[in-house]
Amino acid sequence: MTQNSGQPSPQEYSKMTEKYSKNTKSYKTIPKAFLIGGLICVIGQVLLNLYAMAGFDEESAGMMTSITLVFCAALLTGLKVYDNIAKHAGAGTLVPITGFANSVVSPALEFKAEGFVLGLGAKMFIIAGPVIVYGIVASVVYGVIYYFIGLFL
Amino acid sequence: MSKKLSANTIDLLNRPTIVQSAAVGGKKEGEGPLGSYFDIINEDSLFGEDTWEKAESTMQKTVVNKALEKANLKSTDMDFIFAGDLLNQCIGSSYGLRDLDIPFIGLYGACSTMAESLTMASIFADNGLANYAMAVTSSHFCTAERQFRFPLEYGGQRTPTAQWTATASGAAIVAPNGDGPFVKSVTIGKIRDFGITDVNNMGAAMAPAAYYTIKTHLEDTATQPSDYDLILTGDLGQVGTDLLIDLLMRDNIDISKQHNDCGLLLYDLEKQDVHAGGSGCGCSASTLCGYILPKMRQGKLNNILFIATGALMSTTSVQQNQSIPGIAHCLNISTQR
Repeated sequence: MTQNSGQPSPQEYSKMTEKYSKNTKSYKTIPKAFLIGGLICVIGQVLLNLYAMAGFDEESAGMMTSITLVFCAALLTGLKVYDNIAKHAGAGTLVPITGFANSVVSPALEFKAEGFVLGLGAKMFIIAGPVIVYGIVASVVYGVIYYFIGLFL
Repeated sequence: MSKKLSANTIDLLNRPTIVQSAAVGGKKEGEGPLGSYFDIINEDSLFGEDTWEKAESTMQKTVVNKALEKANLKSTDMDFIFAGDLLNQCIGSSYGLRDLDIPFIGLYGACSTMAESLTMASIFADNGLANYAMAVTSSHFCTAERQFRFPLEYGGQRTPTAQWTATASGAAIVAPNGDGPFVKSVTIGKIRDFGITDVNNMGAAMAPAAYYTIKTHLEDTATQPSDYDLILTGDLGQVGTDLLIDLLMRDNIDISKQHNDCGLLLYDLEKQDVHAGGSGCGCSASTLCGYILPKMRQGKLNNILFIATGALMSTTSVQQNQSIPGIAHCLNISTQR
């Protein structure tokens, strides 16, 4: 009969686990995310200026910049490069619009094996879906608040 | 005949022999410290197939055929095959082995499947139910990622405690008689859950099961850690290993000198960027079948405990915030009867 003499309680075990589980090296990951994320934003700004110089008005230039960044991220995902950059960049590649493109393209590639309808089509938004749903919900809430504030001002 | 020693432990009195074994691995496994011990390394992760699932099945079929070839046996010589993998409904095994025409017993023990299947094959051989019984299991990084985690090309980051699912497979053939290595006794573990909910910390979820099974085996067989050359756990990785040694130390059992973990052996943790170590059924299966058992045949290892560990959660149980139950089974394999 095995005695559970040394068996820790769940709380104790949780503490033991914490002790042996290494933390993320934030001193390395945060600067890397800042630099690479910042670089993507700089590229965006350069694109914006270039599109403006090419004669696009402000709104169209902004839209063209987003389209270009999304296209590049999708292409890099397809070329199997994006995830290797993201491994180092973390939130630096996740937060900009490039992260959104990657989160749509990567499941599309992955689940193509299950067919264009039930695979690619159904699973394309498996990661981005919640962001879209709650993004829209948040914008509705924001719109309602905005409307009511407008009534009193 | 087998004799039940206790609630968990069975003494295999005829001492069935692991007559032959084989291991197949992927590119990354070939680049690791054990790369040269694999029978076959496939540079193409798809194994010539068009989907990852088919690739895993092909890998399993390849390892079975390799083990048969090494043992100079045909698939029709096998009385039973015990097989499992990590995929839903164990399709890695059922599709991989469907053409072999061997009576098939599918098992699911998550990453503990090598110990589970080898235990069953040994019990069958020990009791005269099989002249040859085979144990086989596999895991594939890409099938595991798409089933349990994210698409391969998704730009996410792994936590430091995360482990890398091995693209590997191992098969072993057990017979009632032979020259060894012999399976002397087996300890069937109980499900252990100490409340870990972090799916990126499997080592911590499985360590309690390994702790229970090792402690039980040592007590049931009245042996000490020092009686063994090696106490080899399946895929606890760095975090699980530290926890296991600590848990056993609380009971004054010191395995630190004999212990190693397949998840730590298979890869170079730093260079190959696998964070806390390797995992998956194929991790312990290929390490045992490709590296450890041949070493025993060469007389470099004589008496070992092999304890493969599994995390018995599913994506559904995780999403419903349930904690992760662990399991571990133990085999005592020795070159002496």
